[in-house]
Amino acid sequence: MSDPGAPPRRVRVTSTRREATTRSVAQPLTRDIDEQSNLGEVYMAGLMQAQLRLALMVLAFGAAGLGGLPLLFVMVPATRTLEFRAVPLPWLVLAFVVYPVAVVVARYYVRQSERIEAEFSDVVGRRWGG
Amino acid sequence: MGRLNTAYGVVAIALVCLVTLAVGSFGLRLSRTTSDFYVAGRTVTPYRNASAIGGEYLSAASFLGIAGLVYTNGLDMLWFPVGYTVGYVVLLVLVAAPLRRSGAYTLPDFAEARLESLAIRRLSTILVVGIGWLYLLPQLQGASLALEAVTGAPGWLGGLVVAVVVVANVAAGGMRSITLVQALQYWVKLTAIAVPAFVLLGAWFSDGAPGPAIARDTRWEEPLNGLAGQGHPVYATYSLLLALALGTMGLPHVLVRFYTNPDGRAARRTTLTVVALLGTFYLFPPLYGLLGRVYLPQLPDGVAADTLVLRLPMAMVSDGLGQVLAAVLAGGAFAAFLSTASGLTMSVAGVIDQDLLRRRLGRLTGEDFSAAQGFRLATVLAVVVPYVASRVVEPVGLATMVSLAFAVAASTFCPLLVLGSWWRGLSTSGAAAGLVVGGTLATAAVGITVLAGPVPGWPGALLGQPAAWSIPLAFAVSVIVSLATPGRIPRHTARTMVRLHTPEDLVLERG
Repeated sequence: MSDPGAPPRRVRVTSTRREATTRSVAQPLTRDIDEQSNLGEVYMAGLMQAQLRLALMVLAFGAAGLGGLPLLFVMVPATRTLEFRAVPLPWLVLAFVVYPVAVVVARYYVRQSERIEAEFSDVVGRRWGG
Repeated sequence: MGRLNTAYGVVAIALVCLVTLAVGSFGLRLSRTTSDFYVAGRTVTPYRNASAIGGEYLSAASFLGIAGLVYTNGLDMLWFPVGYTVGYVVLLVLVAAPLRRSGAYTLPDFAEARLESLAIRRLSTILVVGIGWLYLLPQLQGASLALEAVTGAPGWLGGLVVAVVVVANVAAGGMRSITLVQALQYWVKLTAIAVPAFVLLGAWFSDGAPGPAIARDTRWEEPLNGLAGQGHPVYATYSLLLALALGTMGLPHVLVRFYTNPDGRAARRTTLTVVALLGTFYLFPPLYGLLGRVYLPQLPDGVAADTLVLRLPMAMVSDGLGQVLAAVLAGGAFAAFLSTASGLTMSVAGVIDQDLLRRRLGRLTGEDFSAAQGFRLATVLAVVVPYVASRVVEPVGLATMVSLAFAVAASTFCPLLVLGSWWRGLSTSGAAAGLVVGGTLATAAVGITVLAGPVPGWPGALLGQPAAWSIPLAFAVSVIVSLATPGRIPRHTARTMVRLHTPEDLVLERG
């Protein structure tokens, strides 16, 4: 309706409208997960696999360490009466050593799984308030 | 050796019961809404939550049972506390965060949310109540044993005292008071077992640290000497370890505690703290078993080894000090019965209330009852049944009884929780089949062991420790039936998986 030859109306720039430009950036991956698109499924499967692999690794360590003890006692009967500074080794291990090791293993697991989740959050983006 | 001094013991036990009730009623004034009543409005910090889990978990089996077992059967019995602790590591790595993120309050809640089926919910309800009762039974038996040992009270009284205090506390205060009580109970129990242990160790050193008196050829101090007198010690050891390691996650009073964590991350950190707290506590009970071998090589006839912890101080130190220590230990033991029984009662009552009573009560009264009233009625039901059973069933030893409850939990809820958290292919039929098969097999084995007494040879070993075959069978049945019924995979499995595994700080649709 205005004259095409006329100069455009002046606009006063009051802000950088940063949010307006970011909105046009490619949609975040969270939407792919929400919509269960192939891409979203791939990311979800990746997260679950990483967590499960970590869990199974910790379990395997525990199974080998603890589950190996009775086997060791069966295969090498001498270990049943082995002593460390006058304390029988089986007692030392089962009454004491197991517990700090369990705490260290649990701590390792907590850190690693939090790291996996942090990476997932970074890739998939859009945190609350971020 | 005579009876322990009655007065000190009674004072200690009464004190523990009264403090528990007082803290409980203090919590009652804080809990206002229904949500408060059940889960403390989810305002519990990981550290307090971990103390509460530890307080709830350390039961009669831990406080009295382990020492008695080590005393009687030696080294192999150390697998019990090891298993109780490792159970939390397994729970941590496999299900802690997913369970919290599922938003489930009880095991039936999780089953229904994950499998979108009411039938599974009912099955889980029955199992929760069954496992809860099986676990409550030794708590009440232990209370009777302890009160009898300390005061000479008749056998029915100790269990009754615990039952009454627990009902009063749970029915009146709900979860907030229970969380506070439980957190307190851990520290009470740790102090009650650690302080006398240090005093007794001191006495032992000043006696020149004499070695334990072990009958020849019993191989008491060596591994694999025949778990609890059963044959086939290697099988029994592995089976026990499996039951304890995988059963923890399926105990009814464990999941409830995860709901009070604000998110999955906090659930993991809480569990880590729990492992540390349990590990600290379990350093002490075996010491009592060892010192018992030194100072009390022969228990008088008719005295249960489960009362060793309470008898040891009188045998080791001067009369006055011995009585005080025995009273402290008796108080700690009662704290153990009260806290575990409270936690179990809380969760069994929650399930009875939600799934069995509420609709029926509504129909009977024309909706003329409050939610809290229904819960209170459920609480009474949750305790009365195991109390009656504890008077009828012959005691088979506290830790043995508890390990049977673990075996049933491991054969039913472990497959459900693990497959439910990690396998998208789990179908409703598969989960149901797993619960039925695992539950039936484990319960049958437990029933035969408890009711028919020891069976000789391999059948006895297999029935006494069913976990090694019943858990793999339950897993296998779940997987095979699921593969055969792909049409019964819950419709929203993908969305549920998003909820179970994504960190809460991501803005996602969680169904």
